[in-house]
Amino acid sequence: LKLYRKRHPTLPCNVLKFKSTTIMLDCGLDMTSTLNFLPLPLVQSPRLSNLPGWSLKDGNAFLDKELKECSGHVFVDSVPEFCLPETELIDLSTVDVILISNYHCMMALPYITEHTGFMGTVYATEPTVQIGRLLMEELVNFIERVPKAQSASLWKNKDIQRRCYTMQEVNSLVGYSQKIELFGAVQVTPLSSGYALGSSNWIIQSHYEKVSYVSGSSLLTTHPQPMDQASLKNSDVLILTGLTQIPTANPDSMVGEFCSNLALTVRNGGNVLVPCYPSGVIYDLLECLYQYIDSAGLSSIPFYFISPVANSSLEFSQIFAEWLCHNKQTKVYLPEPPFPHAELIQTNKLKHYPSIHGDFSNDFRQPCVVFTGHPSLRFGDVVHFMELWGKSSLNTVIFTEPDFSYLEALAPYQPLAMKCIYCPIDTRLNFIQVSKLLKEVQPLHVVCPEQYTQPPPAQSHRMDLMVDCQPPAMSYRRAEVLALPFKRRYEKIEIMPELADSLVPMEIKPGISLATVSAVLHTKDNKHVLQPPPRPAQPTGGKKRKRASDDIPDCKVLKPLLSGSIPVDQFVQTLEKHGFSDIKVEDTAKGHIVLLQEAETLIQIEEDSTHIICDDDEVLRVRLRDLVLKFLQKF
Amino acid sequence: MDPECARLLPALCAVLADPRQPVADDTCLEKLLDWFKAVTEAGSSLLLLQEHPCLVELLFHVLKPQDLSSRILSFALRLAGIFAAQENCFQFLQQGELLPGLFGEPGPLGAAAWAAPSVRSGWIQGLHSLAQHPSALRFLADSGAVDTIFSLQGDPSLFVASAAGQLLVRVLDLALRGPAEGRVCPQAWDWPACARKVVCHLEDCLRSEATPRVTQALHVLTTTFGHCRGLWTQGLWARLSPLVARLLEKDPVPAPHALVDLLLGVARSPVLSSDPGLWETAAQALSRLSPTQAGPLAAGILKLQDCPQALRIQAFSILLQPLAHVLEATAQAPGTPRLLEGAAGDLMAVDTFPPSRSACVGLLCSALAHLELLQPLPQRPSPWPQAPLLAAVVTILRFCNGSAAPSSEAGGRLCAMLVGCVRVQRAALDFLGVLSQGLGPQELVTQVFAILLEYLVSPDSSPTVLKKAFQATLRWLLSSATPPGCCDLEPYAQLVLGELLAVLQKRLCSPCWEVRDSGLEFLTQMTRHWGGQGSFRQALLGSEVPELTRQLLQDPESYVRASAVAAVGQLSSWGLLTAPSSPEHPAVPQKTPLEELLLVLTTDSEGFPRRAVMRVFTEWLRDGYADVAEDPEQSVAPVLRAASRDLDWEVRVQGLELALVFLEQLLGPRGPSTAAPPGALTQALQALCRVQLFEFAFRSLFDCDRPVAQKSCDLLLFLKAKATPSGSQQEVGDGPNVASVEAALRRWQAGEQGQPLGELAPEAVLAVLRSMDLEALRDTLAESSDHVERSPQSLLQDMLATVGVLGDNEADCY
Repeated sequence: LKLYRKRHPTLPCNVLKFKSTTIMLDCGLDMTSTLNFLPLPLVQSPRLSNLPGWSLKDGNAFLDKELKECSGHVFVDSVPEFCLPETELIDLSTVDVILISNYHCMMALPYITEHTGFMGTVYATEPTVQIGRLLMEELVNFIERVPKAQSASLWKNKDIQRRCYTMQEVNSLVGYSQKIELFGAVQVTPLSSGYALGSSNWIIQSHYEKVSYVSGSSLLTTHPQPMDQASLKNSDVLILTGLTQIPTANPDSMVGEFCSNLALTVRNGGNVLVPCYPSGVIYDLLECLYQYIDSAGLSSIPFYFISPVANSSLEFSQIFAEWLCHNKQTKVYLPEPPFPHAELIQTNKLKHYPSIHGDFSNDFRQPCVVFTGHPSLRFGDVVHFMELWGKSSLNTVIFTEPDFSYLEALAPYQPLAMKCIYCPIDTRLNFIQVSKLLKEVQPLHVVCPEQYTQPPPAQSHRMDLMVDCQPPAMSYRRAEVLALPFKRRYEKIEIMPELADSLVPMEIKPGISLATVSAVLHTKDNKHVLQPPPRPAQPTGGKKRKRASDDIPDCKVLKPLLSGSIPVDQFVQTLEKHGFSDIKVEDTAKGHIVLLQEAETLIQIEEDSTHIICDDDEVLRVRLRDLVLKFLQKF
Repeated sequence: MDPECARLLPALCAVLADPRQPVADDTCLEKLLDWFKAVTEAGSSLLLLQEHPCLVELLFHVLKPQDLSSRILSFALRLAGIFAAQENCFQFLQQGELLPGLFGEPGPLGAAAWAAPSVRSGWIQGLHSLAQHPSALRFLADSGAVDTIFSLQGDPSLFVASAAGQLLVRVLDLALRGPAEGRVCPQAWDWPACARKVVCHLEDCLRSEATPRVTQALHVLTTTFGHCRGLWTQGLWARLSPLVARLLEKDPVPAPHALVDLLLGVARSPVLSSDPGLWETAAQALSRLSPTQAGPLAAGILKLQDCPQALRIQAFSILLQPLAHVLEATAQAPGTPRLLEGAAGDLMAVDTFPPSRSACVGLLCSALAHLELLQPLPQRPSPWPQAPLLAAVVTILRFCNGSAAPSSEAGGRLCAMLVGCVRVQRAALDFLGVLSQGLGPQELVTQVFAILLEYLVSPDSSPTVLKKAFQATLRWLLSSATPPGCCDLEPYAQLVLGELLAVLQKRLCSPCWEVRDSGLEFLTQMTRHWGGQGSFRQALLGSEVPELTRQLLQDPESYVRASAVAAVGQLSSWGLLTAPSSPEHPAVPQKTPLEELLLVLTTDSEGFPRRAVMRVFTEWLRDGYADVAEDPEQSVAPVLRAASRDLDWEVRVQGLELALVFLEQLLGPRGPSTAAPPGALTQALQALCRVQLFEFAFRSLFDCDRPVAQKSCDLLLFLKAKATPSGSQQEVGDGPNVASVEAALRRWQAGEQGQPLGELAPEAVLAVLRSMDLEALRDTLAESSDHVERSPQSLLQDMLATVGVLGDNEADCY
């Protein structure tokens, strides 16, 4: 049982080898590399297109076409590239299945499915696949609609980054608690993880072992179905990833902060820009705003949601009723749309557009609130609004996605007059919730990334910001192979009914019966069956014939099996009765030695063996053996 | 006893004695007992029983074996106790063997009824009432009741157990008060047998290994020394104190809370506090008990007026210890100021903090609460370690928000326990607010403001924590005025102000209404204090706060609207609510604050904002706020009109209060009756008629809500006094015809409120005022509304009515 660690904890990509299957757990794409690139403006930006080239200290300017200096930072002037999943650690073509826990953790999937010879199956829930596809579609759209003439390559010394992929079909759909057999060896089951629409934790189990993979889970009451904790109980190993990236930020407080700052800006006549993904927290934000805007006197302020997939995202959220929390599910039966953003759209308070071009420019009214991507501020419509509103201190950009450092994201836009508010809303488990969860489900072993086993470097005194469990969690680092701390001890074998009928169990202790069995072990698809042995062919006539099947193993006549223990005192008495004298008994660490001094014979009695050591006297040995056997049961 | 009650009593006794009759609820029986108590206290019980033999019959009836309900039995026991409290009546009842029957072995004591806790409780309370005279003491001793009381101390019903303890105290007091009267220190061998028995029992309990028994004895002693001031208590304490001291040697100390209560009770007793042994025991208790257990004792000792200095120092160090631990946990260098110096400081180690989170939090919170109560007391320890305390509280708050850097492993554990703990945050902020009463080094004051700002800014501060942070900030701002009492802010506080207003802006937009509400309250308070101060005005006018406040008048939450009304009132009275120069909407004319508040008064669906509006108008009128002072009549008229029609009685009362202030401004202040000059009076009356005050006032006289009627009565009496000074009674009837007014008043009194009063002339008003007996009305109103229904007669009638004895079912509804 081995775990290969491949990415950072929030965008996990682990590989688990378990009972001859190779399972990739998640396939997250690290997009932080895009922060090193210049933004891709939708509208020609004189500022960004006239940046000075960057030259080395020695004046060497061979990179000045590719690297530009902007606001005191150096950026790559090229199509943004992403960090690929690591391929050296394992041959990805040997991966049998990929299990996806939520739509954020599948963004690197095309790199695996397209370039590595991967032939296996990808398992994910339907919302995960659908929304994941939307996220990919948005990403591809953002990048493809601003074609760059060049692709820079000189600036990097190693090809660890790749350009964005093109769209491609990937999926094999599953539902919560649905059991999927992998080659008969293991069974995998997705469980609701409470984090996002269709997000799941996975149980990977054989008959005697259970591994739980907990990734991106939430115990907060938001829109998805609540987390299924009960099914995680009795795990041998619990792999814990995807905890909150900002453990010190309470999501509720952050939503409050978000609303306050939004209202304050809009009341002063400013605009609010919210860089966000097209699905996920935005649903909850819209719901909070739905309740808040009337009370805050913001009913007349337009909310714009701009994304190539805005329409699909808003509509998808309303149709995945079975994946929603109970409250929202019950609304469907009324029938009402589960999310209140339907009403916002109906009343024209929320409008959505595929991009800033087209209808949007006709409807656009200020002051307003704009939700748009991409949260990295490097591509997507958000770039346009940063350029448009950045110069006025009336406007505010509110960061709610925790994936990117907001300061780095803002770097190419400096100097910036607009206010910046950082309200990261990460509903994934925090450390207090983790310790409660672990107390509840009590796994034998917890395995988690190294980062979770120590306080964050910037707050080394915060002992509360780490996984605290007994026994301490096993940690692993990037690109490390970890042998999981348990050994497989049992295998399930079925026994055919006719063979079972022939068994004659003998009770050796109350409640424990034994029977010997002679059978043929038949193994196929990791399933083991004991079948009755073929009958030995009867020799017919005097003619010596070849046996019916030579390949059937010989069924020798078995010696009976012995059980029981030898009471030394009685044994000595029996020996005396049979004429042995001068018997001496010595206690040893493992049992006793009975010494027949006259006969120069030694009987070693131990828990699991008895040896009779005599000097070439076979008659004596057989006599003694029979005496020993009298004390034992045979079957 | 009035004749009607005397007439009803036999029937009632018959009902009570009849097991088939369902008796009214327990409350009726309690009221009945209260009444009998009052009757016996006013006169002779013996006479009462002789005049009303039905009562004795009732008591005898209870003795008969029958299926009486437990509450009637309990009632009878208590009633007998009340009668027997007078010695001659006791003798009377004794003659009939009634008391042994009720309280002795033959009574309920041995019967099945004893299983009911109410019967046991009635038995104890009966004896408690009875134990007033020497005969009672003998009765108690002879009847074996004392042993029963001992056993009842461990009763499963806490009420019974507690009452049993109190009865023992009563018995002790009765037994020892008499013989010991006047002696310096009575000796044990002088004590009556009954007292000796109780004391021996207490001694046994104190020696017992069973903690509940120890606790019982300690409770009895605490009550004894707390309530009994006789000199005999000295003897008792002298005898029992060694046993109490011995409890402290046990490990663990049994019943620590009860022990602390006892020691404090003894220390507070004027008779006992001179005992030097007491202070030794207290000192021993302080050192033996755990910090959590010793905290209340230490706090109690420090509140005593007179106790040895060494003990005070020891007690204070107990309270300071948790805070000292906190300081120690972050101490970076050996030079850091310590809260506890010398031996007490050295004894302490950070490791001594309780290991569990809840215990640690509890210890810190109780230490903070004790110190908070101690700070304003004149007898608080001196020197008061203001600076280290400030440092400690700031550090606690830093631990709670995760910004403190612990210097040790134990500090790290403390940090993990306190992070995000709302309870500790609240306690620390309360104490920090109290500490603003003392000075501190500038550097620490800077830290105080910094941490307060951190809490105000932090999105993680819970609404309650935020409220406390606002309150503490206000207190610190007030204390940082230079010189004290001056209304100008210190330069540093002025710097803080800018940041405060930025925070306030955001908080006023919070989605959480509690936060908006406490933000508005803070703003109102700040404006009240510094509204006239230049730098404050400048900072406030430069922010969005006034405009946001105005917008919050439309908040969906009524509490917030009420606070916004108060804030708008305060801001505009300082001229801080000028219409914003909005470039986007230059044409839209802004309503004046007066108009806005009037709109709230007339349209708001909730009472709180409307009440707040009335308070603001009253304040404005009283303080001569410019917009109102310009033309008070014009401003007051619509407000009074709206208030008179309001459904909320508090708004109507506030309306009458506003009218009273208006009246005072027209006719001079209240006080010794001085008539207004006739010219002024006429003008005033005309003005009052124009604002239609009289219809409001007269109507209110018959308001179904008594406070409104009372207020109106006060108002009209004031006017009457101003109009007709004492000694110059004018002829009634030589004025205009007031028949129509009086007719309207009569109809209003009869409940026909729809009738309008119509136009009123000042003369008619005066005539009506003269003709009305307002003083009598005031006296009637001063009686509580249920004075009729509370009479004993009504009680007896009710009880009889419920069982149908009175024939009809006209039960009082109240």
